[in-house]
Amino acid sequence: MRTNRFTLHRPTRLDEAIALKARLGDTAAYHAGGTELLIALKARVLRYGHLIDIKQIADLQEIRVRSDGTLSIGALNSHDTIARSPLVKAQLPSYAELSEQVANIRVRIAGTIGGVLCFGEPHADAPTLLCALDAWVVLSGPRGEREVPLREFHLGEFSTAKEDDEILVSVEIAPQSEGTCSAYRSFGHTERPAVGVAAVWSTDNPQRLSLWAGALSSRPVCLERAQEAAASLPPDSRPDTIWNAIEAAVAADAAEIDTRDDLHGGADYKRHLVSVLAKRALFACLTLP
Amino acid sequence: MSQNEFPLLRVDMTLNGAPCSVDIEPREMLIDVLRDQLGLKGTKRSCDMQVCGACTVLVDGQPTSSCTTLCADAHGRTVTTIEGLARNGKLDPVQRAFIAHGALQCGFCTPGMILTVKSLLARNPKPTEDEIRHYMRGNLCRCTGYVKIMEAILDLVNNPTAYKLPEER
Repeated sequence: MRTNRFTLHRPTRLDEAIALKARLGDTAAYHAGGTELLIALKARVLRYGHLIDIKQIADLQEIRVRSDGTLSIGALNSHDTIARSPLVKAQLPSYAELSEQVANIRVRIAGTIGGVLCFGEPHADAPTLLCALDAWVVLSGPRGEREVPLREFHLGEFSTAKEDDEILVSVEIAPQSEGTCSAYRSFGHTERPAVGVAAVWSTDNPQRLSLWAGALSSRPVCLERAQEAAASLPPDSRPDTIWNAIEAAVAADAAEIDTRDDLHGGADYKRHLVSVLAKRALFACLTLP
Repeated sequence: MSQNEFPLLRVDMTLNGAPCSVDIEPREMLIDVLRDQLGLKGTKRSCDMQVCGACTVLVDGQPTSSCTTLCADAHGRTVTTIEGLARNGKLDPVQRAFIAHGALQCGFCTPGMILTVKSLLARNPKPTEDEIRHYMRGNLCRCTGYVKIMEAILDLVNNPTAYKLPEER
């Protein structure tokens, strides 16, 4: 299928891109990796008179550690770049590992973190781990910059808190303390996860466990009962002790997730996967070097 | 809307080692320009949604789904299709390994497979079997199956000189 006709714009500065979008309004879309947008355009699910190619904008390409230790990942970084970034590998190995497992090599090379977050397709990997890590995004628009916690960014399927005239600049993850570890495990028989679960275990944070499940419903969900069940556990608990303490709570959380039968599996099956993957993620994060 | 509202774009790229300029509509995908404008039919369209790998070409050496890449995005870049792998009429070692192992049946997935292997070996000349399987995960074959394809790649990795011509060794 061919897309409808459009005009292609190639701004090289962020303010130029924002001004273009403000002028063209909802007849224009930002274009980067194209892994979601071009497929939707070819299927004529979406239609735009203008594409604003943002790939030349240097401000969106950096991966760096801010002076306070926050890891800042520019929106244009591909899954492949993130997977191989020495900074991400050192600061957040779980995120590098997740990025290496996304879809296939061509999607990893083309697809960007900004794109996957803004498109808001629920069957994605990164949002689940980024929610568990309490990451936030920086948005820029005609009214200036603002930060939005990732836990509040996705409003529903293909719907985000980003206003139409804003652009996602970067994803920010606070420095992880010495005693914090994280892991993400997913399963699916297509290129997208049927279910993904992220676990963050912290020895010095009052909230011992952060546990999130993604791809089941319109946005990642927090497994709150499991987190509560883990709250009073000693920081040096063994993985099997933790799992024994939270297993029933994980199942209870999973039972309440608003999911449905679809291409990726039956609702019961996906709820079952939540427990399987929560255990795998927990063990992975506690047994990694 | 008249077509004049959407002026043609000039794309200058290096295609299979030679300079190439094409005038395209901004909406043209790389695969359409390669096949229909430039007559390079070795690049195959199958799923049209970046899942199957049949349309893989190399853009600056990176495996790329030409079905889901704007031709405009190839401007200033180096594009390699299966037609560009042979040198002076001599097949590339990856092609020789596939032939030696009968790693193809209908051949439809083969150009994408071979270009993906080419990019893997450029990135990692000595991949393990697990690394090969992981990297090739997005290239689907519907007839031969994967056994002979894996055999060909593993043999090429383990015995690279066997696939070099005497003057290349």
